Amino acid sequence: MQGNYACAEGALAAGCDFFGGYPITPSTEVAEQMALRLPKMERTFIQMEDEIASISAVIGASWTGARAMTATSGPGFSLMMENLGYAVMTETPLVVVNIQRGGPSTGQPTMSAQGDMMQCRYGSHGDYSIIALTPSTVQEMFDLTVKAFNLADRFRCPVFLMSDETIGHMREKITIPDSVEIIPRKPLKEGMLPFEPEEDGVPGFPEFGKGYRTHVTGLTHDTRGYPDATDCTVHADLVQRLRDKIESKKEEIADFDLVNTSAEIVFVTYGPATRTVRQLMKERDDILIGHLNMRMVWPFPDHALAEFANAKVFIVPEMNLGQIAGEVKKNTNVPVLSVPKIGGEMHTPDELMKAMEEYL
Amino acid sequence: MSSKIKDWLRQDRLPHIYCTGCGNGTVINCTLSAVTQMGWEIDDTVFVSGIGCSSRASGYISTDSLHTTHGRALAFATGVKMAKPELNVVVFTGDGDLSAIGGNHFIHACRRNIDMTVICINNMIYGMTGGQGSPCTPEGKYSTTTPYGAHEPAFDLAELAAAAGANYSARWTAYHVKQLSDAIKTGLEKPGLSFIESITQCPTSYGRRNKLRTASDMLEYMRTNALLLSKKRRMEEIGEEIPAERFTVGEFVNRNKPAMGVPK
Repeated sequence: MQGNYACAEGALAAGCDFFGGYPITPSTEVAEQMALRLPKMERTFIQMEDEIASISAVIGASWTGARAMTATSGPGFSLMMENLGYAVMTETPLVVVNIQRGGPSTGQPTMSAQGDMMQCRYGSHGDYSIIALTPSTVQEMFDLTVKAFNLADRFRCPVFLMSDETIGHMREKITIPDSVEIIPRKPLKEGMLPFEPEEDGVPGFPEFGKGYRTHVTGLTHDTRGYPDATDCTVHADLVQRLRDKIESKKEEIADFDLVNTSAEIVFVTYGPATRTVRQLMKERDDILIGHLNMRMVWPFPDHALAEFANAKVFIVPEMNLGQIAGEVKKNTNVPVLSVPKIGGEMHTPDELMKAMEEYL
Repeated sequence: MSSKIKDWLRQDRLPHIYCTGCGNGTVINCTLSAVTQMGWEIDDTVFVSGIGCSSRASGYISTDSLHTTHGRALAFATGVKMAKPELNVVVFTGDGDLSAIGGNHFIHACRRNIDMTVICINNMIYGMTGGQGSPCTPEGKYSTTTPYGAHEPAFDLAELAAAAGANYSARWTAYHVKQLSDAIKTGLEKPGLSFIESITQCPTSYGRRNKLRTASDMLEYMRTNALLLSKKRRMEEIGEEIPAERFTVGEFVNRNKPAMGVPK
């Protein structure tokens, strides 16, 4: 199955009720598969007039309780940024799939890249935190899409599936389980306000049409949801909570593999480079090489770096000019070697070998 | 269960933020009057709005409500309606919100003929940001960004909605309270997209720059210059000149094309 189809199938298995999207290479097959499958399941597919409309419709749908998703690529993702901030501020659960391509601008529509990793974390205005998953196989496209819906509902926030053309258009055998674990959105508890956090920092969800009569606004709001945009304390408390509800749980929700934790040379990867490192490790059957494979890049799992107690270098190959390498540097005192590659092709084992030998 | 207009207002949010003389309250009142006549339940209704003075209206109404981003109200509303067609969806928007940044969403929502009622409060200006020109500022009129008079023609939103495919399109003013309420009620009853535009006074930002300094000056302007669509057509037939100041009111289209998002 193709990666993009696996993403759509993962969404359907997770109970995605609503897909609003706009075609853009190389993500289009996600929308095409949803257009084919959703109506037969009596769920909703709508092709909106642009990406801004798509994310708007997805937010609207989510407030009716729908598990809602859109899929796009770089330029479309850029267009969505304002409303992604709205989704953060209003604590709207939704899933955004970004099948990354080369940028800036129209760039390389048919080629692969990981150039939107910082945009997904920081692209909208203001301070916030998000969750971003990064598959490196077609199976993970399925599995992590399911996981994205569960995390979105649990944390009442947008969750990103930050994949790329390589994985999106790759074909691999996958196993689709008969059913998947679904963690539903917790409803608003009686006596609680729609933006009043429970113990875990996340408020229950007051679904539209159920009698909660909730006002939802992107303005700074109090726990009732009413605008209160000039009180410094209200703003500081709200934005701090929106960030903390995710950052404080990062060790619990982190998703990564650790290989050879005693190694001195450690590759840190997400997406396609994970595959290259695995190939390299097959070819060089020694325990010199350690590997941290991140399936969730945001919130950044800095604690995973600490697992490599003997690390002398972290080598970070990625299909951009070092976006996550910078994040690794921020979180360790160990030297970090960025191995950037742009242009559209994934790293070869030889390139990574060369990077490693540079260190040796 | 029948409800009263005050049941539909969030009493705990009053007083509102609107300026003295603002016409938004009139349009909200006409809307809630029509909604209560429909016998709709508060819990089955969703109000959606964009950004600007008009779009603060959703916050004063006691239903589930979405105060969204600038220009995007119709796209948000499309998501609500398509995900849960049994909800009644009403959109409040302003002329700047709907026709500038939201122009594309407007024509596509009309093209889809999606089952919702869109009420555009057209005060001919960007009120909340302090009185800049909008695509509906009449040619020659003054604003902070048209200090020498607007040199672009204004949009005719009611004609645009009709041309783009809406099932219902009407324009009245905050002076024509009865007609406006009736048009909104017709819109609420109608499957498909209903567009009701209300020319509304903004003495604070628009009026004071255009020799209409008070609300009553502006209402008098509406009373004097509103021209019934049927009369305008008769005048055109006989070749009678229509003064530039006059604008048309009435029902621009009322039809029953297939609509999206109608509950089964």
